[in-house]
Amino acid sequence: MRATILVRPKPGILDPQGEAVQSSLRQLGFSVDDARVGRVIDLELDDVDAATARAELERACEQLLANPLIESYEIALDG
Amino acid sequence: MSERPRPRIAVLVFPGSNDDRDAALALERLGADATLVWHAEPELPDIAAVVLPGGFSYGDYLRCGAIARSAPVMDAVRRFAADGGLVLGICNGFQVLCEVGLLPGALRPNASLSFVCRDVALRVERADTPFTSLAERGHTLTIPVKHGEGCYFADEELLAELEANRQVLLRYEDNPNGSVSAIAGVTNEAGNVFGLMPHPEHAVDPLLGSDDGTFILGSLVNAAAERLLTAA
Repeated sequence: MRATILVRPKPGILDPQGEAVQSSLRQLGFSVDDARVGRVIDLELDDVDAATARAELERACEQLLANPLIESYEIALDG
Repeated sequence: MSERPRPRIAVLVFPGSNDDRDAALALERLGADATLVWHAEPELPDIAAVVLPGGFSYGDYLRCGAIARSAPVMDAVRRFAADGGLVLGICNGFQVLCEVGLLPGALRPNASLSFVCRDVALRVERADTPFTSLAERGHTLTIPVKHGEGCYFADEELLAELEANRQVLLRYEDNPNGSVSAIAGVTNEAGNVFGLMPHPEHAVDPLLGSDDGTFILGSLVNAAAERLLTAA
């Protein structure tokens, strides 16, 4: 089973990377009002049922993959 | 006058630490015996304090300091801190202590996105702690910073808690990185764990511009020595 984790800076958290990306896009002529930069983590998991996998991934996100104080995360399972 | 004992202080070494030897040298000059301890060690030796040095532990992968939470030595540091042991995190060491939950808050990329490397002025908010006892409240210290991710973040609720408990020990006079409330260094609620972005170990000799770092590290060495005497 594969899993994809999306980690984003929480709303309201200053994201200087996003600001730099937005300003660069605008300089290239793209009309972008806001940009936020997060992170994608692709994982290959042992074969377990989806509920178990999701519970494990929640723990992995809370303990390591995201910092819950400043980041939110989304888990998508595939296969 | 009786001879003051030289407290033994552990300086942790992670893959990618690069200020460990400077920290050890500074502690030795201030009257401690510094012992380098590798991250894979499951136990700490018999020590009176622990220092987590600056650098780029584990290549700063994922988030600065994040990977350290799986280091065997950090379980020992958690136990040491839970027993009231003195723990100091400098720069990357501060990031590690926040990531493992021994200190409140988080460190984010500098608001300017630029790496800052220069002397900064710091206001001492409290002098009645094991990390600042040699300074005076309101005293200005000149100590260098060198970091790309030193923007301290705490949400409003946490910030109010930190201020109410007087956990902020150092504030920037001219905020170099966008930290909330210009916070340069905070303690845990119990006051035995302290983290700061500036590098006191790089400011222990006037030849290098300032020796104000001795106010922080010297305080730690004194506190560690006192603990030895109390325990004896």
